[in-house]
Amino acid sequence: MPEPRVLTFREALREAMVEEMERDPSIFLMGEEVGHYNGAYKVSEGMLARFGEKRVIDTPIAETGFAGVGIGAAMVGLRPIIEFMTWNFSLVAADQLINNAAKLRYMSNGQFTLPIVFRGPGGAAHALAAQHSQALESLYAHVPGLKVVMPSTPADAKGLLKAAIRDDNPVVFIESEVMYALKGDVPAGEHVVPLGVADVKRPGRDVTLVAWSKMVHTALKAADVLTGEGIEAEVVDLRTLRPLDERAVLASVARTHRCVVVQEGWPFAGVAAELIALVAREGFDDLDAPPERVTNLDVPMPYARNLENVVLPSPERVVATVRRVLGLTEAPRRPAVAGRGR
Amino acid sequence: MDATLLLGLYRQMALCRRFEEAAAKAYSQGKVSGFLHLYVGQEAVAVGAISAAEPTDYVVATYREHAHYLARTGDARGAMAELFGKASGCSGGRGGSMHLFDAAHRMLGGWAIVGGHVPIAAGVAFASKYRDEKDVTLCFFGDGTANMGAFHEGLALAGLWKLPVVFICENNQYAMGTPLYRTLSVEDVAVRARGYPMESEIVNGDDVLEVREAVRHAVNRARRENLPIFIEAKTYRFRGHSVADPATYRSKEELRKWMERDPIRMLADRIQTLGIATEEQLGALDDEVKAQVQDAVEFAERTPAPEPDTVGEHVYA
Ligand SMILES: Cc1ncc(C[n+]2csc(CCOP(=O)(O)OP(=O)(O)O)c2C)c(N)n1
Ligand SMILES: [Mg+2]
Repeated sequence: MPEPRVLTFREALREAMVEEMERDPSIFLMGEEVGHYNGAYKVSEGMLARFGEKRVIDTPIAETGFAGVGIGAAMVGLRPIIEFMTWNFSLVAADQLINNAAKLRYMSNGQFTLPIVFRGPGGAAHALAAQHSQALESLYAHVPGLKVVMPSTPADAKGLLKAAIRDDNPVVFIESEVMYALKGDVPAGEHVVPLGVADVKRPGRDVTLVAWSKMVHTALKAADVLTGEGIEAEVVDLRTLRPLDERAVLASVARTHRCVVVQEGWPFAGVAAELIALVAREGFDDLDAPPERVTNLDVPMPYARNLENVVLPSPERVVATVRRVLGLTEAPRRPAVAGRGR
Repeated sequence: MDATLLLGLYRQMALCRRFEEAAAKAYSQGKVSGFLHLYVGQEAVAVGAISAAEPTDYVVATYREHAHYLARTGDARGAMAELFGKASGCSGGRGGSMHLFDAAHRMLGGWAIVGGHVPIAAGVAFASKYRDEKDVTLCFFGDGTANMGAFHEGLALAGLWKLPVVFICENNQYAMGTPLYRTLSVEDVAVRARGYPMESEIVNGDDVLEVREAVRHAVNRARRENLPIFIEAKTYRFRGHSVADPATYRSKEELRKWMERDPIRMLADRIQTLGIATEEQLGALDDEVKAQVQDAVEFAERTPAPEPDTVGEHVYA
């Protein structure tokens, strides 16, 4: 076996796209600034030079338009990768994703499949305020007919993106703006990570932390702090939110008997709530404490840095929640904020 | 030529320029965060247009709206404090550079999803017509917005319902790193207005008086006849898309050519040629503006950040 190489997250994503496009001429990349500008976040750097304008296609600012063009092309056999500059802008194309892409296979009674990947960065970066800081995975994961994938490491990014591109169904693939420079080992040679399979990123016996994407790292940081207190947290990285690897979550909770979900984004009707429902229903007998979640406060994202820091989940909040779940403290369930924040 | 008018326009444009220079400096010092989109080079558009409207007319703009806010409110302190993320900012530190609001001055944002505010502007004009008020709405947006669905739907409804809104396309030739010719299937954005139907005019966006004249005419007609009008102002941004963008996608030569038509310098030349003010007098005006900006920076520095426990305020559901 050749040695793994250290790649950044963006290089790993690029490698996945390049390898797949080399393999299959029906795959193309389309989005704002993906070509001549080499990508708003440089994920597609060099791809225009390599594949030319036919396959690396700069679009106008017209998300509804190019998302729909992707769907049409995929209906008749092409395999588009549609890049949203950020997932915030996908809301402009929500009609195409939710009303059209998610429904086609079902409402055509399986006459059509839709091999299309929608990808780009989601979540908060730094002080980008309410319209540019949204973690929208719960919204898309709500919809039957969309697969939702969110990698946390360069290796997973490459392997999952390759699997997403090869999948015959629409995949919402959400990256993170603040993780593109993150480095990690990526296996050499063919590396495909199947969709729908979670991964234990850190074993532990005392509590299960379920997370995905950026929050895996928040959970890992919290786990490091907890180790110092003699608490061993297991970090389960979902990697795919839909279809959800229920077995992996339940198996971990069966070992640890406690569960805290760490989710960027709003609490109300979120994926964390779904996981807690799962654990409460299927893992009830294994639980020694009520499952909990750490999420964004339930507010639009404020611009001011000090407020933003309060809104986003932090390792400190995860640690405090774990202590409570272990019965070590009686910290207040809700951070003391005015209004409906929590 | 009206000396007071010209000097007033000059002062406003200089305020926008100095304000943004100070903002860029504060950004490099880490005092301003997030995205910071500068309007340097385009000042004649916002200043000319807003000066042509009544203070009771509405202004709806994008994330590149420092100049619109300043031209409408004159409030450098509120804008700078907002950029610094302070509670004393015009949006309480919650909005930042991209979301400047001032209800009292009818400055209705500050919107950062391209095109989304175009139908909103039509809606503001709808309300004016509904209540039989004679206010006009100015809606600013970039050239890159002209392919968005929301842009077309906003124009379609404004055209259909004859809403008193003046659409002002700030054609700075680029949407981020993409030159307009690669994304627009027609030469001028203005032709897009035709089908809705809407009269349109193309103006030199670096000439504040030309912008002002065109918008004055448009606002008057919109007010009198209850109808939308489309103005395309050709201009250029001297800086990158945001301060983080080195703008390597365009040539030095191209930039140099446009900088020769710096709207502020062109107005200064005009003022001097007409004998309205000397270079020294304009310099004194500049110093006054610099002092105002300095005061705004000091205000932003010394006023406090929002209290963390206010984060849930204004969340009602
Ligand atoms: C719907 C949507 N897509 C993409 C973006 C990212 N974006 C922000 S500004 C911009 C370019 C806009 O260009 P233009 O309309 O010409 O305005 P300018 O920035 O030149 O003033 C893009 C692509 C966005 N904010 N909203
Ligand atoms: Mg532009």
